[in-house]
Amino acid sequence: MNDAPLGWQLAGQDATTPGAAPARYARCLAGIIRREALRWTNQRGRFVSALVRPLMWLVVFAAGFHFVLGVSITPPYRTYIPYEVYIAPGLAGMIQLFNGMQSSLSMVYDREMGSMRTLMVSPFPRWFLLTAKLLAGVAVSIVQAYIFFAVAWFWDIHPPWTGYLAVLPALVLSGLMLGALGLVLSSFIRQLENFAGVMNFVIFPMFFTSGALYPLWRMQQASQTLYWLAQANPFTHAVELIRFALYDRFNAVSALAVCGYLAVFMAAAIVGYDPGRGFLARRGGGE
Amino acid sequence: MPPALTGIVAPSLLAACLALVLAGWASPALAFRIFVSNEKDNTITVLDGTSLAILQTVPVGARPRGIVLSRDGRSLYICTSDADHIEVLDLASLTVTRTLPSNPDPEYMALSHDGRTLYVANEDNSQVSVLDVNRGQITSEIPVGVEPEGMAVSPDDRTALCTSETTSMAHFIDVASHAVTASVLVGTRPRFAVFTKDGARVWVSSEVAGTVAVIDARTHAVLHTITFDLPEVPKNAIQAVGINLTDDGRTAFVDLGPANRVAVIDQATFAVKKYLLVGQRVWHGDFSPDQKFLYTANGISNDMSVIDVDQLEVTQSVPVGQSPWGVVVAP
Repeated sequence: MNDAPLGWQLAGQDATTPGAAPARYARCLAGIIRREALRWTNQRGRFVSALVRPLMWLVVFAAGFHFVLGVSITPPYRTYIPYEVYIAPGLAGMIQLFNGMQSSLSMVYDREMGSMRTLMVSPFPRWFLLTAKLLAGVAVSIVQAYIFFAVAWFWDIHPPWTGYLAVLPALVLSGLMLGALGLVLSSFIRQLENFAGVMNFVIFPMFFTSGALYPLWRMQQASQTLYWLAQANPFTHAVELIRFALYDRFNAVSALAVCGYLAVFMAAAIVGYDPGRGFLARRGGGE
Repeated sequence: MPPALTGIVAPSLLAACLALVLAGWASPALAFRIFVSNEKDNTITVLDGTSLAILQTVPVGARPRGIVLSRDGRSLYICTSDADHIEVLDLASLTVTRTLPSNPDPEYMALSHDGRTLYVANEDNSQVSVLDVNRGQITSEIPVGVEPEGMAVSPDDRTALCTSETTSMAHFIDVASHAVTASVLVGTRPRFAVFTKDGARVWVSSEVAGTVAVIDARTHAVLHTITFDLPEVPKNAIQAVGINLTDDGRTAFVDLGPANRVAVIDQATFAVKKYLLVGQRVWHGDFSPDQKFLYTANGISNDMSVIDVDQLEVTQSVPVGQSPWGVVVAP
């Protein structure tokens, strides 16, 4: 893909004209989403692993704990559920978490390859470019999550039909929040090689100290500290928002928490990508 | 949004919401009620069949277990085991209006289809008491095997069936002569029996063996013994207790006690189709009048699970009293 003049291409010929028309913004957004979608479909390995990873958890890991939760009813569930049903929303969250980090990885890659600079110097405002990048990642993660829900249906995970609709805004919100976190991280990562650190110090702790794998009340029985950590974990709220929405319920606390974290991460990302203050400055003027 | 547009949209939204709320109110509110006997707190929980909200908790005699609806749907017969008698709960006033005599510790009974006779199993003296409901008198006692427990009456009211737990037998009793016409050996500790709607077969559950025997009601031959295979549950926790057969002759539901599952069985092939996870120690259940839902009493988790009969899924579990034992739905 010829990315070099991307920003200018997207902006159109008269991009330098002040007050670019909404149509041009839309074209820019469409271009960025198309690029992200191409990246996703062209990388077969990524496509397959994004689906196989949660399915492994669902089919193999959950099988071992099949009956572990058969003793209590926690909202949004209205009856006793096998473990597979419990972790399904958490695995949808995991898809979005990995996707957010993957987008962050691709940002670092773009930066190393130089295409990031061409995007950043386009006449569109920085917040718009970052948001477009974010929306592109979220769109991909939502498609992945729905494919996962479709496959999970055959594993007896049957949320109400209306839940599949209700979960869409929840996926958008949680996807944006996790994507924004990825953006922030990408502004800190200096090289592609450092991504392993992100895996170890961000993805795994976030995943394991959340309500994705075990209900918070169980965690509270084991350790109060861990419980508070989980409560502060943005991923916990992303998962709970998805979990409640999937069963036609609205979790206001989690929705607020996700919105709050989204605002914080987005602000941090915009600052992080400020050529004067963020990573460009720290890296001595850019790539 | 321009103010003019807001002026149009807001009232129409409000009207739509109001219409929705009214539609909700207009739906039949009290189509049927669900009665659950709570063994430990000596009450009957009355729930609204539609909303599943608890309407009332009615105090009754000590240790209510087996409950049966009168044929006119106006009364509930309750085996109050520790009170050593049977109470009659008037379903209009929700008060106990009569008590019927029984031998000590009545646990389960069956009502004849003409609604006049109750057959009560007497665990302690190996007999079945024949109770005339109108007169409120025990008219005769029929000797059967040791520790009688499950009771059933054939749809034509000609045959009564009693299971004896220690002898592990199902005894067919000729109602006219009170003679035991056949005793069929089944799995250890038979607990519950039910005739199919056409009266051709009897399903008998065995608690310790964890099996269900399907017996030909005419030849008294065991046609099939259903076993349950649940790898994730210890074998001794699979205890078959309550059985509910759908009237269309298609599906059977067997409550598996401490296995916390209800087995779904094809009535024609006897194949177990599915296991449904419900509350702990699921004991007995009853269908909604349209047989679209099955309600089960879960004795240890103190709740009642709702099973969607068409979808074969557990939709909800709602708390009831302490140690729920039996469920009866009254239209």
